Amino acid sequence: MLTLDRRLFLKGAALIGCSAAAHPLMSSMTFAALPGENRLVVIILRGAMDGLDAIQPYGDPMLRKLRSKLSVGPDAGAFDLDGFYALHPRLEPLLPLWKKGELAFAHAVSTPYRDKRSHFDGQDVLEAGTGNDLPVDRRVGGWLNRLLQVTPGATAETAYSVGVEQMKILSGKAAHLSWAPRTSLNLSAQAQMLLEHVYHDDPLFRAAAQDAVQISAEENSDGDKMSGPSAGAQALAAFAASRLNGDSRIAAFSIPGWDTHANQPVVLGRGLERLAAAILKLREGLGDNWGRTTVLAMTEFGRTVRENGSGGTDHGTGGVLLMAGGAIRGGRAYGDWPGLGEGQLYADRDLMPVRDIRAYAAWAMHGLFGIKRDALEGAVFPGLDLGGDPGMLA
Amino acid sequence: MSFGFPELAAIRLGFGLSPLTPPPADVEAVLAGPANAGPGPEAMTTEKASEIATRFRTGLKARRENRPEPPEAKKADRQLGTMLVEDLRRRTIRALEDPIGFGERLVQFWSDHFTTRATNKVNNALALAFVDEAIRPHVNGRFEDMFFAADTHPMMLVYLDQISSRGPNSPFVRRRSERRLGLNENLAREAMELHSLGVGASYDQKDVRELAELLTGLSFSHQEGFAFRPQWAEPGAETVLGQSYGGQRRGGLDDIRAALRDIARRPETASYLSRKLAVHFVSDDPSEDLVEALAATWRDSGGDLPQVYRVLVSHPEMESGLRAKVRQPFDFCVAGLRALGIRGKQIAGLELADFRRAVWGPIEAMGQPWARPKGPDGWPEDADAWVGPQTLAARINWSLRVPRQLLRELPDPREMLVSTFGGTQSEPLAWAVPKAESAAEGVALILASSDFNRR
Repeated sequence: MLTLDRRLFLKGAALIGCSAAAHPLMSSMTFAALPGENRLVVIILRGAMDGLDAIQPYGDPMLRKLRSKLSVGPDAGAFDLDGFYALHPRLEPLLPLWKKGELAFAHAVSTPYRDKRSHFDGQDVLEAGTGNDLPVDRRVGGWLNRLLQVTPGATAETAYSVGVEQMKILSGKAAHLSWAPRTSLNLSAQAQMLLEHVYHDDPLFRAAAQDAVQISAEENSDGDKMSGPSAGAQALAAFAASRLNGDSRIAAFSIPGWDTHANQPVVLGRGLERLAAAILKLREGLGDNWGRTTVLAMTEFGRTVRENGSGGTDHGTGGVLLMAGGAIRGGRAYGDWPGLGEGQLYADRDLMPVRDIRAYAAWAMHGLFGIKRDALEGAVFPGLDLGGDPGMLA
Repeated sequence: MSFGFPELAAIRLGFGLSPLTPPPADVEAVLAGPANAGPGPEAMTTEKASEIATRFRTGLKARRENRPEPPEAKKADRQLGTMLVEDLRRRTIRALEDPIGFGERLVQFWSDHFTTRATNKVNNALALAFVDEAIRPHVNGRFEDMFFAADTHPMMLVYLDQISSRGPNSPFVRRRSERRLGLNENLAREAMELHSLGVGASYDQKDVRELAELLTGLSFSHQEGFAFRPQWAEPGAETVLGQSYGGQRRGGLDDIRAALRDIARRPETASYLSRKLAVHFVSDDPSEDLVEALAATWRDSGGDLPQVYRVLVSHPEMESGLRAKVRQPFDFCVAGLRALGIRGKQIAGLELADFRRAVWGPIEAMGQPWARPKGPDGWPEDADAWVGPQTLAARINWSLRVPRQLLRELPDPREMLVSTFGGTQSEPLAWAVPKAESAAEGVALILASSDFNRR
């Protein structure tokens, strides 16, 4: 166990990534099925995915003016989707889904959270599903939990929180199950960078951290290869699929590693590979049930429209919502494009949100589970104006 | 944010700040810790340890003779097998429940000063009894009493080979001249070199030998218990550091007590232990001023530990040079659990395997396997000894994994930054924590930081 715990991963030039065997939280509770066959998977992308790079609006000429190295579009290997948007090269594994109508997105969406651009607060708001009329209060519970509360027939088995990452989105009064695989945990690129910063003024710690890189390289060269970079996300997806094939209808997990302040092509590329692997694993695991499944991949906010000085982007506002599954009407973009020109950006730096990301989630729940509009606006997402149905379910 | 004595005392003298308990208001609050560090209701005794060991041995004997193991022997086997892990759990719980932690830090300090180790499973319970019988009762008492209790405790007699030492001219040896029995100097040497005077003091080989001769007669076995056996003892007076003990009136244990008391009261002992305390609590290289202040009180009070602690706690140097020390792995884990707001009760309720995963395994990976120090000189003090690539990786690993293992809801890293450091956090850490991309990584950053790993 100790040698496993000490398994290290070579990352970057100066710092270590650490892995850890996670603790299984498997528990058994009552079994009963939620009426209906539809399934919802929510993937939280922690760290703020750069929507403008994942789904590149290369048809907007301003993009090339604001970004020269990132989000270059088909000229740099991205896959054209509809003449305006292009799919990041590392999302290539999802291209067949787009073509089959099983992948879609809504660009320029956000939660009501604004301006402070804190990951913690941003994720809290995203998972709580509350608006600005309520203070950022992390004790109100998550919106998937409130969904369970308004769903007749929901039981503990109905929803699964998967992974070691705490999922506030499912916390609250309604019972649910959680499970974490024995998999490795790694420090994200951002955490490595921050740790390097923290150790910088302490020569003892700085030196030890540097040498650890070499040790980790040696340990990894002859160590077992059971965990590729996407193994963790795949394990979560595989487990979620197995539960959803049973009595569960809702699953939530998260994929970290999106805080691409520097070296974005590498860091984001890794994150997108993980995301694509997780979605494909869900599809594979769900088999025929994939046709009744909706996957929503949501992040706390987007990133700055302009590149920063270190090959990355900083915290922004509007981002992208990715949708996948056989239950969606895919192969198309939802929502309006706000533009990137003069006066069109939020605070002159971020993509302007054109729609509340909760509205898409709400319409999905309406379509999948028949949750009424007043329950969605009053209980699940208190204070939300649902607006018109985007019609993204097939 | 400003900080002062309360924060510094909690971090340097205790197990760090906690969101559950306020830091010590003053010197008295800190000194209340050692007064409460006595043996607890679950204390192990030599008698109980021998009872378990004896049952265990009936199992060994049965196996040798191909007989079925009696159930009570199997039970003893299991007890001894998990005893050190349960001991670590017990110590972790007490450390978490000690309001400041200074008392339990001192238990750790003195147990390490008088290092013992059960090299055979049969003695695992005896190792616990050592701390409960020889260390805890004297943590807030006089050094000379602890010195005598420790160096005559069965666990120490076993660990430093005293039980095989015989006076070369003792009746026992003379009757068995063919068996080449004789003196073992191990305990006598360490009693002076490590436990009291220090290696630099002016004692010589003759003092070691004469003390070793004086110590002959101390015996222990699980079957027969602790005893002074005059027939093992070297006859005649022994001269240690110019003082003669024994002589015509062979007093056995009383002569040993007198000799150890005199050694404890020597100024070299005052200096050696004052420095060691200063090194442990303040800096790998403490000022002469601090060491001398401690030593003066030690000498004047005859090694009355509460008075010495008071000088340490109220010395102006407590307010300068924060983070000269690296937290040893046990201290790091306890401080981490405290900072996360985890209570002793929760640790008590963990499955053994989960406790192993949370503390036992990690401190081994960090270089401090519980109850298994490398030698009689105990764990090293210098920062370099604790921060290497492997061991730092283990600390980072813990920071990333254990909070999520033990907590359903992680603290907000921004709040934890304040509750953990109380204003002492460095600028780079204060800058970095809010930038972590998730609460889990923010918490990991706090715990893995050099700010937190130092004290």
